[in-house]
Amino acid sequence: MAGTAPIFDEMTLADGAVRPAYETLARWLKTIPTDLLATRSREAEALFRRIGITFAVYGDAASTERLIPFDVIPRILTNDEWGRLSKGLTQRVKAINAFLNDVYSKREILRAGLVPEDLVYRNPAFRPEMNQQPVPHGIYVMIAGIDIVRVDADTFYVLEDNARTPSGVSYMLENREVMIRLFPELFSQHRVAPVENYTDDLLATMKSVAPRSASSDPTCVLLTPGLFNSAYYEHTFLADKLGVELVEGRDLFVKADIVYMRTTEGPKRVDVIYRRLDDDFLDPLAFRPDSALGVPGIMSAYHAGNVTLANAVGTGVSDDKAVYSYMPEIVKFYLGEEPILKNVPTHRCREPDELKYVLENLADLVVKEVHGSGGYGMLIGPKATKAEIETFRDKLIKDPAGFIAQPTLALSTCPTLVDEGVAPRHVDLRPYVLTGRDKVRIVPGGLTRVALKEGSLVVNSSQGGGTKDTWVLDS
Amino acid sequence: MLSRTADNLFWLARYVERAEYLARIIEASTRLANLPSAYAGTSNEWESAVATAGCANLFFQAHEKATRETVIDFLAFSPDNPSSIRSCFETARTNARSVRTALTGEMWDAINSAWLELSKYRASGLNQDEHLTSFLSFVKETGLRFDGSAYRTMLRSDGYWFSRLGVMIERADNTARILDVKYHVLLPDAEHVGGSLDYFQWSAILRAVSALTAYHWVYKESLKPWLVADLLILNDQMPRSLAACYESIVRNLDSLSLAYGRQGPAQRSARAIRTRLENARIDDIFQSGLHEFVSDFIGENNRLGAAITQQYLT
Repeated sequence: MAGTAPIFDEMTLADGAVRPAYETLARWLKTIPTDLLATRSREAEALFRRIGITFAVYGDAASTERLIPFDVIPRILTNDEWGRLSKGLTQRVKAINAFLNDVYSKREILRAGLVPEDLVYRNPAFRPEMNQQPVPHGIYVMIAGIDIVRVDADTFYVLEDNARTPSGVSYMLENREVMIRLFPELFSQHRVAPVENYTDDLLATMKSVAPRSASSDPTCVLLTPGLFNSAYYEHTFLADKLGVELVEGRDLFVKADIVYMRTTEGPKRVDVIYRRLDDDFLDPLAFRPDSALGVPGIMSAYHAGNVTLANAVGTGVSDDKAVYSYMPEIVKFYLGEEPILKNVPTHRCREPDELKYVLENLADLVVKEVHGSGGYGMLIGPKATKAEIETFRDKLIKDPAGFIAQPTLALSTCPTLVDEGVAPRHVDLRPYVLTGRDKVRIVPGGLTRVALKEGSLVVNSSQGGGTKDTWVLDS
Repeated sequence: MLSRTADNLFWLARYVERAEYLARIIEASTRLANLPSAYAGTSNEWESAVATAGCANLFFQAHEKATRETVIDFLAFSPDNPSSIRSCFETARTNARSVRTALTGEMWDAINSAWLELSKYRASGLNQDEHLTSFLSFVKETGLRFDGSAYRTMLRSDGYWFSRLGVMIERADNTARILDVKYHVLLPDAEHVGGSLDYFQWSAILRAVSALTAYHWVYKESLKPWLVADLLILNDQMPRSLAACYESIVRNLDSLSLAYGRQGPAQRSARAIRTRLENARIDDIFQSGLHEFVSDFIGENNRLGAAITQQYLT
């Protein structure tokens, strides 16, 4: 089956016809000389470097700061396509929140036998500390990033849910700013839905989930692990746009179950913390005792209901790849609705029949670690050498429950500027879903990631992927 | 404002100021060292440069002799010298990155571009005077650009005041350090007064704090050691004088106490230092000992820095 499915290009159909959303762009691409595109592309890079958008690649000591390549050709979605996506995203995140509420309280879904208990209890991201602990307003995941892939004109799959600390939204925002600067003519020819209100939406979301004991104008902060975190630029960017303090663990302290930050005017109470720090590091008294990044006592303030953590602690149990395979059941169970967005068909290697199938078809499948992320620790069967497949087979046999497998998807492609000119490259899409007490907010579009190497399916920035501006056209 | 943010702004400003000062020292020393010894005296100008930069101990741990090459490398590029221009820019940028949200885009740009630009210069290239000159102007321009963008773009609120405090405490320290190392050339000495030898030393001091032109405008006289000292210590029109620095320090601390609704030890001790400078006369200072006066000042200035840290930055 590998290589047999036709690849869907979002601009040009197999018969050479241009899809309606791309008509203007296609005409423009024909008129603009490639070297002018390349010049613009270099200007974009200079702009990004100037404003300091870099990210760190772990384990790459030589380059602690690197730019994520930016592709100047936008990816376009129609209003209709987006409408369907955004309904599906809202539904999915509602279900994730309901699931988290349930697994940390009544556990009805486990009792109903729809999700195996050990998937929850033995999940390293499950936090026993959160058992029977209500969270403010019952919302666990205020900020979600849902990775979507497309395989044909009508089919979008959810590839992965990110319910912990999804990153990348600053690229969505900066990509748009840079595009408007570099290609004003394109924006006058298209009605592109704006994304710049994302940070206002985020702030409104944060304020809406403040604990009841907070004042009517709650103090929100963004908690960063610090300068050496790969997404540090994004943390500063967001804090700046939100107009909230960017704090590190050492800036906060807890007294009588209230969280304060150290300011030049003395201690100031903090009500809502958008934390970009993993659960493990949050509180050395509750989790990793060696964490120098966290805030001792913050969990006890959290349990006392005096501070809101966004996202809540323990959300990781909902977004790992093993639970992912149960998402269709989860949506139906809590919402009584058919899932609007489909999952990629997924083989759970924990089930013996499935494992057998996977082992027999390794060369055609993508095998992923259940708890992995960032494109690390996965096998892409059709691209792997025999030796790599055999190594992976051993890993799989040793720990079947640690893996899932999926067919190699023919991810859609978009025109992309590469060394040889404009050529199709595979893309995915990460929209950001904000859940507040009052409503769900999603800015149209999201972050499109593109695999710059020809034929490559890996879009992760840590593996050489780039990004594109994503347009939702107002019809 | 977060204490850590204020602390970063304070030190960011200090490091940029320090880098500029180092560039001026290198410039003044190069000039002196190039003079025939009949004019410049026999003292080792490079040794004196290291002392003025306040890193003599560290320098002589790494090098046996102070020569043009070793000193310029140490003051400008050495990663082992935490106060080299390179280290200053690196620390400044690290500070700037960790307080990005408290900086204006222009200030960030000034620091970030300086840091990117820095990698173009290598110590070996600086032995050619042309390269050294362009390197030193680059450093001085970075100082001007950073200062100017802070002045022109920052909100006049606590962040700005902490940043100004950093500049002024550092500047006062630098001016005092020059006086501390060079005080002997300013002391009246029957043999040398008016001799050409000291003349170039005095003008080098003034050059190092960019005050040579100002001197002529203020005193309308040829260089006299006590007037040089007066200009650098007591003249509040001279932006690098101790008096002017303390004018500004007191003003910025007052703005903070007004905004925060309370004052503390930092305000009180800054005012005491300023009052002492206001009431001092240069004759008295010479009488009771220029060296003692300047060393006392350096100590007090350091203690004020610690008081500010204690009161606001931790």
